[in-house]
Amino acid sequence: MTIPTNYFLALSGVLFILGVLGVLIRRNSIVILMSIELMLNSANLAFIAFARAFEAHTGQVLVFFVIAVGAAEVAIGLSMIVSIYRSRGNIDIDQISQLKG
Amino acid sequence: MSTQLILFFILAVIAILSAIGMLVSKNSVYSAMFLVLNFVTIAVLFLLLNAPFIAMVQVTIYAGAIMVLFLFVIMLLGTDMAAEGISMPWQPPIAILLSGALILEFAFILFFAQQDVLPQIEAISAAFGSPQSIGKLLFNFYLLPFEVTSVLLLVAMVGAIILAQRETG
Repeated sequence: MTIPTNYFLALSGVLFILGVLGVLIRRNSIVILMSIELMLNSANLAFIAFARAFEAHTGQVLVFFVIAVGAAEVAIGLSMIVSIYRSRGNIDIDQISQLKG
Repeated sequence: MSTQLILFFILAVIAILSAIGMLVSKNSVYSAMFLVLNFVTIAVLFLLLNAPFIAMVQVTIYAGAIMVLFLFVIMLLGTDMAAEGISMPWQPPIAILLSGALILEFAFILFFAQQDVLPQIEAISAAFGSPQSIGKLLFNFYLLPFEVTSVLLLVAMVGAIILAQRETG
């Protein structure tokens, strides 16, 4: 017996919401970037579950692209954090409010 | 209950607990380690879903390369124990409340409404998800996106170097 797709979607939803929660309640920008990775990963889980449900390889190829884009995003995000830390000595996102109107 | 189902529930519990551990850890090095555990657990779930190639990519790129980058930056900046001053004390409780509501809505849609949208899964052929079939699709139908991804990674590399370099002169 195979595992129903619904179970994987439920797990993916719970992980996504935990990622959203991380973005909302944490103030350390590195942890916020990690939460974004958690959300990307839960979307990947849903993609793979649908790929199996419909027996289509396209979902798996898209996950491959999502991982590549995620790697690029992490490289840029972390270098932005390093550059912000150099200029302000802080990575608390409540302190980074120069663009606030 | 079949072995696969038992395995799924154990892995799901580990994945959710490690995600919660990542959220509540005060030390961001511990957060990163919990996230590695989460990524490896999800890689095992990918194996359960007939996606061995993606599972290996997940372990090498996500749990390996990306998390090493995170740990490197945490240790470079020395902000592993950065105190979080909360300027809006009313925000976390509201965030938790709204996330709980979102989970309830999600569970309702998934398990009570719309039951017959997803196809029933029969036995899947052993070749499904093999590296050969993924590679064939990737280098034929998805060749242009694949090349664009390489340009994207190059741009990200140049951008990271320019953003993180010290201004000299």
